[in-house]
Amino acid sequence: MISQKKEAVLIKILVYSGTVLTLAILVSVVGYILFKGIPNISPKLFEWKYTTENVSLFPALINTLLMTFLALLFAAPLGIFAAVYLTEYARKNNRLVKLVRITAETLSGIPSIIYGLFGLLFFVTALKLRMSLLSGALTLSIMILPLIMRTTEEALIAVPVEFREGSYGLGAGRLRTVFKVVIPSATPGILSGIILSIGRIVGETAALIYTAGTVAEIPGSLFDSVRTLSVHMYALSSEGFYINEAYATAVVLLVIVAGINILSAYVAKRIGRRTYGKN
Amino acid sequence: MSKKGYTPTSAPSPRRIVKRMNMKNSKEIAANIIFMLAACISILAVALICIFLFANGIPGMAKIGVFKFLTGRVWKPGSNIYGILPMILGSIYVTAGALIIGVPAGIATAVFMSKFASKRTVKIMNQAVSLLAGIPSVVYGFFGLVVVVPLVRDLFGVSGTSMLSASIVLGIMILPTIISISEPALNAVPNAYYEGALALGATHERAVFRVVLPAAKSGVTASVVLGVGRAIGEAMAVMMVAGNQPRMPKGILQGVRTLTSNIVMEMGYAADLHREALIATAVVLFVFILAINILFSLLKRRAKL
Repeated sequence: MISQKKEAVLIKILVYSGTVLTLAILVSVVGYILFKGIPNISPKLFEWKYTTENVSLFPALINTLLMTFLALLFAAPLGIFAAVYLTEYARKNNRLVKLVRITAETLSGIPSIIYGLFGLLFFVTALKLRMSLLSGALTLSIMILPLIMRTTEEALIAVPVEFREGSYGLGAGRLRTVFKVVIPSATPGILSGIILSIGRIVGETAALIYTAGTVAEIPGSLFDSVRTLSVHMYALSSEGFYINEAYATAVVLLVIVAGINILSAYVAKRIGRRTYGKN
Repeated sequence: MSKKGYTPTSAPSPRRIVKRMNMKNSKEIAANIIFMLAACISILAVALICIFLFANGIPGMAKIGVFKFLTGRVWKPGSNIYGILPMILGSIYVTAGALIIGVPAGIATAVFMSKFASKRTVKIMNQAVSLLAGIPSVVYGFFGLVVVVPLVRDLFGVSGTSMLSASIVLGIMILPTIISISEPALNAVPNAYYEGALALGATHERAVFRVVLPAAKSGVTASVVLGVGRAIGEAMAVMMVAGNQPRMPKGILQGVRTLTSNIVMEMGYAADLHREALIATAVVLFVFILAINILFSLLKRRAKL
């Protein structure tokens, strides 16, 4: 048997080397992409129209914004309302609530390629929406629904009961209490869930290839095929002709993701600062 | 008043009164229904996904023969031969490789954050982990393509797109999953365990490794199970580095195709039975994922996370 001292040193080495490996991976992925990508960022990448000469990522960027906006337009109200039902309306351990929770958990575990295939079978083929902005957004809205539901639920639960009782005491009804008292107090938490979903939408590829397609143009209508930035990056790197542009696109994606992280950290800080009267 | 006639427990609570009052209002009733319908969307979504996958996949599987489909060693859509054993094994091998790479590093990082690091360091590490989690899978795939694949090629003198490359990329991708679930599990272990171990003469390291880590077993295992789910379900990153040859896996330096990449590669042009076989591939993947999800929620319940 080895002595405790030796064992302690061994464990320390193990823990520290694992941590250093994790950080080294992060630094090398981010560092390498930035190092190779930043020199390749040029104004022609941001030209209005994509051609094989400029390989502009600008249409894909606009499409990503449109896709994010549309998917949130569907998923955010539904997710927030569902969470309101679970925390404010439903009786605890009612059968429906259990089923909603189980299915939401199932949804959050389904891989994006299955969402993509489902979107192709349901929205694109069965509902005849074609490979389009709309089909893609609908598919993604199902994908982010459980995330919005869970974060909103947590935020609503964190609102003290006294707030609701105070509101009832002043004569407000349940609906009014929800919209004027509970949701406003939970806004930062709800917002941080929405920011996280934006991150998922921006990074998504597999769910979009067969639902939104790969056309590198700004769409004329909801029924036009579009490629988002992640799909654009996939297309560039699989075609193999535009590796430099792929590096540059990766930089833009990283910047967006980092921005989203900073934003959500900022919002989370605001939740921490908020004091609910007690403390 | 006799004791029998008055039962205080039956008096309606103030909350009940408020509720009853509200329910008279038609606006309140409408709101209740709307919120309930919104909650039912997730049930509807799961139902639709199951129905559409199974309805489109099972007939194809039946036509090919379920046993032949699952254990067939040859995938040749050109001659109408559809066996997905190579892809099932491919997914399992690649995932196992990812675990070998990702789990030790992930758990070590979680232990560091929970028991070794200062508050300040934890804050920075949390940011790092959430950045790692936020990086899109195509970016990981691209990094694999331009860094990992050439590295494997130069080190071993093979083509580079291989099971090893895919395992490395997936191992990196499951790190944030493992860390972000293991760390709270370690934090949730009552401090008395740790202090008790110290009081018995254990060093900090021994207390953490022999007492706290075993006590957090359920949560840590849950994080690994969720990592398996992520790895087996990942499509784009794997496809970019794995080579994707549809044949039985031949070794860690050879190319391999997974269930996910089989779907992404061929769905674009497949028709008829080929298309059905691809959807059936997704059904197999879906069943794998459901099993993993059930395991995960059982573990999570036990860990009380």
